[in-house]
Amino acid sequence: MKVKNNKKSAAAEQWSAPGVKSSPSRFRNPIGKYKIRRGPECIACGKCAELCPEGVHVKAGAKMEKPRDFYCLGFCCQNNPFYCIDKCPVQALRLVVNPLCETLGDYRWPSDLLISTWYMAETGEVPRSDIEYCIGRSNGGFDKMRFNFPEKMPEPVIPDDEISTTIELNRRNDGRPRITIQLPVYGGGMSFGSVSLSTMLSRARAATLWGTFGCTGEGGYPEHLAPYDDHMITQVATGLFGVREDTIQRVRIVEFKYAQGAKPGLGGHLLGDKVTASVAKMREAVVGNALFSPFPFHSVYSVEDHKKHVDWIKEINPKALVSVKVSTPTDVDMVAVGSYYAGANIIHLDGSYGGTGAAPDIAKKNIAMPIEYAIPKVHQFLKDEGIRDQITLIASGGIRTAHDIAKAIALGADGVVVGTADMVALECVRCHNCESGRGCARGIASTDPRLSEMITIEWGAQRVINLYTAWRKQLVQILKSFGMRSIKELVGRTDCLYHLDYQREKDEGRRAVGGGN
Amino acid sequence: MPKKYHIDFKPTLPRYTPQGKSGVVDFREGCQRCGKCAKKACVYNVYDKRCFDSGQMTDSIDYLCKNCFRCVQSCKKGLLNKSVNPEYVKMGDAYWTPEIISTNWTQAETGKIPVSGAGYGGPFSGPGFDSMWTDMSEIVRPTRDGIHGREYINTSVDIGRKLERLRFGATGELLSEPPPLLELPLPLVMATPSFGHVTEKVRLTLAMAAARLGTFFIVAAEQYDKSLAHYKQHIIPRISQESYPSFKGKLSGHRAVEVIYSKNMRPLWQEIKQNHPEMLISIKLPLDGNELPAVEELALQGAEIIHLCADEHGNEIGAATPRFIKDMVRRAHLHLVERSLRDQVTLLASGGIAMAEHVAKIIICGADAAVMDIPLLLAFECRLCKNCEKKRPCPVTMDAIEPAWGTQRVLNLMSAWRNQLLEILGAMGIREVRRLRGEAGRAMFFEDLEADIFGKIFGERI
Repeated sequence: MKVKNNKKSAAAEQWSAPGVKSSPSRFRNPIGKYKIRRGPECIACGKCAELCPEGVHVKAGAKMEKPRDFYCLGFCCQNNPFYCIDKCPVQALRLVVNPLCETLGDYRWPSDLLISTWYMAETGEVPRSDIEYCIGRSNGGFDKMRFNFPEKMPEPVIPDDEISTTIELNRRNDGRPRITIQLPVYGGGMSFGSVSLSTMLSRARAATLWGTFGCTGEGGYPEHLAPYDDHMITQVATGLFGVREDTIQRVRIVEFKYAQGAKPGLGGHLLGDKVTASVAKMREAVVGNALFSPFPFHSVYSVEDHKKHVDWIKEINPKALVSVKVSTPTDVDMVAVGSYYAGANIIHLDGSYGGTGAAPDIAKKNIAMPIEYAIPKVHQFLKDEGIRDQITLIASGGIRTAHDIAKAIALGADGVVVGTADMVALECVRCHNCESGRGCARGIASTDPRLSEMITIEWGAQRVINLYTAWRKQLVQILKSFGMRSIKELVGRTDCLYHLDYQREKDEGRRAVGGGN
Repeated sequence: MPKKYHIDFKPTLPRYTPQGKSGVVDFREGCQRCGKCAKKACVYNVYDKRCFDSGQMTDSIDYLCKNCFRCVQSCKKGLLNKSVNPEYVKMGDAYWTPEIISTNWTQAETGKIPVSGAGYGGPFSGPGFDSMWTDMSEIVRPTRDGIHGREYINTSVDIGRKLERLRFGATGELLSEPPPLLELPLPLVMATPSFGHVTEKVRLTLAMAAARLGTFFIVAAEQYDKSLAHYKQHIIPRISQESYPSFKGKLSGHRAVEVIYSKNMRPLWQEIKQNHPEMLISIKLPLDGNELPAVEELALQGAEIIHLCADEHGNEIGAATPRFIKDMVRRAHLHLVERSLRDQVTLLASGGIAMAEHVAKIIICGADAAVMDIPLLLAFECRLCKNCEKKRPCPVTMDAIEPAWGTQRVLNLMSAWRNQLLEILGAMGIREVRRLRGEAGRAMFFEDLEADIFGKIFGERI
């Protein structure tokens, strides 16, 4: 039996974070929150270019270039000595909120969140402007929670490089390897077919360099992923597309996908258009024929059946950890406990607001509960059962920002899985048309040969690396503000959060201070 | 097992260009007609579909744009922009939102379930029906695969009075007489909307659709045109004390009739029952805060069907701070359960049923079936401008619809709604919509989740 060696220990200690490299938008006209209009009065004196530290204005020869207003700080710049609008000797410049923002984004990912995520993916930095990068406008759950930061930074202030964001994925004493990831984040399953190969490889490379994991999704295991095997999770889902013994043996973590938050209780459906020759080959199917992934596993109708499944994987790959991905029904806590008893190392809860290549709108909106409820429910139940310390609790389905990550952890998760945020890093605009026609018009979730050429792996990987870098900086700041040295200390610390619709006596003094996040 | 029920849908284009949410606007000034216009590269060929003239390079806001922003981001001079369509935004009201209107339009056009990628983009929760989630089955309970036709999920419901028990004589002969029952193949009854340019032709179209679907169309006696008589098997005339005398002669041949509730309606009810013992009588009862005693009294008096109706927004009628239909129906249902009367009587619910999910949710709250009205107008492209109420011309000339076209649009809408109901039922592992009734344990309510989970963590809800 060929089982990959687990060469973790030495490698993990030597690990260092991948560097940030500027990775600008692929498009000629990047979208920003603000627009600067340069009037015909402009005399191309170049004063604005001299002043602006953000690089908005560029003088090329005797002319001014079109303003790179997507870097503009906006109205919060007006007190700066370099505010171009006031300093222009001929008042040729005008600053407005980009009217296009009204048409961009939605409640969960408002335009601000999309634009700020693009900025982080380009620069690896937290935006300096007034743009919102922490919460959306969904008016509930994470978007109504804030951190209860202490008024003063706890003394002694912990240096950034002493703050750890690593988590353990195997907390069970089951003789299987310990796996540590450098960020409390790994990549969610997106199958080859639902996304392009370059998207898949970009994410896999970013996950590898960040010392965490990516996931194949349910659609086979492309050979191109071989260099990243040690950082891939392979998914065993109900369609069993492309699942073979050797794919199970290639990886360090195997994920059972029982359900998906975006379409809980419903099977997967890859439209015929997307079953191209390469997709069909990978999935051992017929070109042009729609593929159904049934629901549920027709061999699992009890925890005992479920254990049989887990045992099967453990037998085939004695070194692999097993993750169980489930959705969030009302008895999600029982499902979690059942998974623990079946021998899972990771219980992965996928909440109802998660991403998908295609799902019925009625399912996305209505079936199963949002992740913000499921995390504390399961965390508490596992604690009451006395098994919380032996299982890793991972949350997904609506994790958009570093603040969402930290909130999920404070609610009781050990870490999170992201998918949509990676897509946004690759310049997804959330037009929701992943499934239609030739697929994603922006080349992210498409297997159309012309469209998927729009992304190179170098660019894509770097964008995701940059985003994770910006996230880690924010996580470190959050931990530092609470005087914590490790993200593990934040797990279940609901006292670090408050909710705008609730009142706790002890919070009163802190609210005003913590409000700005 | 009953014959598999299926609704034939087929793409049926709208007669008017639907309002789109946003479109691309261009600033022609500065356009160099570079010949490599970003519009030509549209992945969806939107500009071709609009008969885009590459010499003029102009176009309009419309509904074809798929919001990929590629042309906006690729135009050499950055002259393209997107903007919200003001006509779209002002459609409907806070309840009947532009999104609800346009999703029903699309379903009436295609007959298909709305499917999209990239996760949910809406609010966390909301008022009314948006404050509950439905359950799903996982690992320990089987789900059902209804939508791809591999397992049959039955959506039929029986309406009418049901016996609590059968009584037998000394020699084993059946003494109880089973009351008349009607089977609806889907838990939806159609009713005439309270507004709209609803002419005879529109009513006829709705009656034809009801007949094709095997359900019923409720129409007021005053609006009962001669042409409808052909479809009387699928029409429920709605009568009041006032309209009864003149409609009395036309009643026979119908399988059900609806009577508007009033305190002294008992003699009317009895008279109809005496003359037409096989005809089901539905009693239309307003949800106005006084419904509980009336529901109980009617059930005790042997009512077959009680049709609980809220206003068009699903709100309590005539209340300053109205309760919502889901809560009122749930209360009425539980009241009948407590009085051990629930299984004897059928509850229909109407008011604010705007989307397929509302049908599932109102049934979970205790109704046997839902009554829909305004979405029927949407099937005919209504924009809810209510010009009709102001005696202004209808922007989509609803009175001019062709019955065959209109029937197909209603069938499409119903097919999409029913398939969505199957998704909800399948995820829960329920094979009979009858079993969904009152299954509040298989739903999650915002207030409960907040109190049980967040209340323990975050303190008192403000």
